[in-house]
Amino acid sequence: MQAEPAPNPRELIQPGRVHRRAYNDPQIFEMEMERIFGRAWIYVGHESQIPNPGDFVSTRMGRRPMVMVRHSDGEIFVIHNQCAHRGAMVVAQDAGNTEEFVCCYHGWTYGTDGKLIRVPLQHGYPGHFNPDDPGTAMVKAPRVESYRGFVFASLAKDGPALTDFLGYMTTSFDDMIDRAPDGEIEIAGGVFKHAFDGNWKLYLENLCDAAHPLFVHQSSIEAAVEQDDEVHTDGAGEVAVRQMRQNGAPYKFWLEEVGIWTYPNGHSFLGDYHDDEKLVAAKRDPVFAEYIDTMEAKKGVGETQRILEVTRWNSNIYPNISFMSQFRQFRVVHPVSVNRTEVYNYSFRMKGAPEKMFEDTVAFSNVTNGTGSLVLTDDLETYSRIGIGVNAGGAEWIEVGRGYETDRPGENGGVEGKDSTSEVYIRNMYDAWLDYMSPGEDAS
Amino acid sequence: MDRIADTDTESFLIHEARILDERRWEDWLALFADDGWYWVPIEEGQKDPKQTVSLMYDDRRLLETRVRRLAAGKLHAQSPISRTTRTVANVTVENEDKGKTIVRSKFQMIEYRRDKQRLFGGTQWHSLSAIDGGFRINWKKVELVNCDSMMDGLSVPF
Repeated sequence: MQAEPAPNPRELIQPGRVHRRAYNDPQIFEMEMERIFGRAWIYVGHESQIPNPGDFVSTRMGRRPMVMVRHSDGEIFVIHNQCAHRGAMVVAQDAGNTEEFVCCYHGWTYGTDGKLIRVPLQHGYPGHFNPDDPGTAMVKAPRVESYRGFVFASLAKDGPALTDFLGYMTTSFDDMIDRAPDGEIEIAGGVFKHAFDGNWKLYLENLCDAAHPLFVHQSSIEAAVEQDDEVHTDGAGEVAVRQMRQNGAPYKFWLEEVGIWTYPNGHSFLGDYHDDEKLVAAKRDPVFAEYIDTMEAKKGVGETQRILEVTRWNSNIYPNISFMSQFRQFRVVHPVSVNRTEVYNYSFRMKGAPEKMFEDTVAFSNVTNGTGSLVLTDDLETYSRIGIGVNAGGAEWIEVGRGYETDRPGENGGVEGKDSTSEVYIRNMYDAWLDYMSPGEDAS
Repeated sequence: MDRIADTDTESFLIHEARILDERRWEDWLALFADDGWYWVPIEEGQKDPKQTVSLMYDDRRLLETRVRRLAAGKLHAQSPISRTTRTVANVTVENEDKGKTIVRSKFQMIEYRRDKQRLFGGTQWHSLSAIDGGFRINWKKVELVNCDSMMDGLSVPF
């Protein structure tokens, strides 16, 4: 059998539609790993995971196992988790603290900056072997930058600064961080790791999709609407049931009260979906009242009002993170193969906030992003059905044209949908996809 | 040394496993106390379900919603449904206090759905109260050996 020639990415994109090969062609996937995950700023972790020198966490950039580590001088390095000798993964733990990394195979030893510092039995290696060669190391990602504690790395030597890459989306990070009375947040409460048989792009394509809840989540909406509120709860069920009901807001609400905004480099956010009044046990909740008091005491009344008036739902940072401030949920998408994707979902704790608020975060995470949730399981099923469906080929083109004729320039640059159900954020991701996949080439 | 549970207790656990395999979700819910809860931790040795996320953590209100969704039979994630087969063994009594018995047992569950078969196993803990010649579940905790692994979605309770 003859291998098909590699497709030209430009030929897979037309106005308002995408060829199915973008989702099922292994050659496209390989190009994505090299041209997108090998170049873009990729989120690798949060500084709260490695507060002290020697702290490290295992992470990934695309399919590459990496280690994010804080060096003795405080600098953060992101290094390939691979021994320069025979290629073994060096760091086998998810997280820890160490002065050096020692390979299990022949004891090659590296510093927390990735540099080779010791080779046992060194006399046996050939004359040209040079342990000081920068290539004889756990090789560093050439660029690492943080935005207010969120650490990104790039495998490309050159490219835009992180804040230029994020652009206006820095305000979504600000929204999440500024809500903490002490102005800091930290990863806490464990992590969900869930997977599906579908392409990695499907995940972000769903997280700002305002038209899907009424269909995908019908089962949990109906079950929650019928739930008797007199039944015993310890708080967890209350948060969960309220969220599932909100997914069933009438279509008019999605058209008139929710918005979708997109920005350069593929980023976007869905806004004004859940304000605190609807969701955070409402403002009559005593814990929320205590939180507002703390905020006002530390930040002043005006600043507190400004912060809490930001009502963004999911913010997508292309290519692989999506987060929401109100319950401080943060998903990281890891492509595995063209039809297999893994997602890590983290929760953040606001420093200085009442402890009970983090319990609500945990309850919200369980129901919305949990591997056994009543909501996410229907999303995962949908991704897997797309994974099967795109192989059928009855329709070669996938429609992403909803709202195409009514999208308009946004206030802060970028393009916004006329209403939240526009697929503008998917088209915007494909604009970025083409920039990475086919830079500088004219559309055919 | 572990104390083997009496046959009534073991029979109850076998009965519960059968109800779940037969997808009699409302009958399963009826086994729980009015303030009962159900917990599948995500970390080995997880201390509580409040400060750390869980694969499943349902108070009575959420458990009812979970069961109503499963029983309605219209959910995408169970179209097609999962078929399961469960085995319960090594049933021992850990503690008896104020009419509540803590029972520890081992279980395995095979789940089959859409050409994929998954094997789950671990330790389950039941707090049981003897009521009206039967038992009520005060709480049930399921410790999976692979609780913190990467997983496809979990729609069926253990």
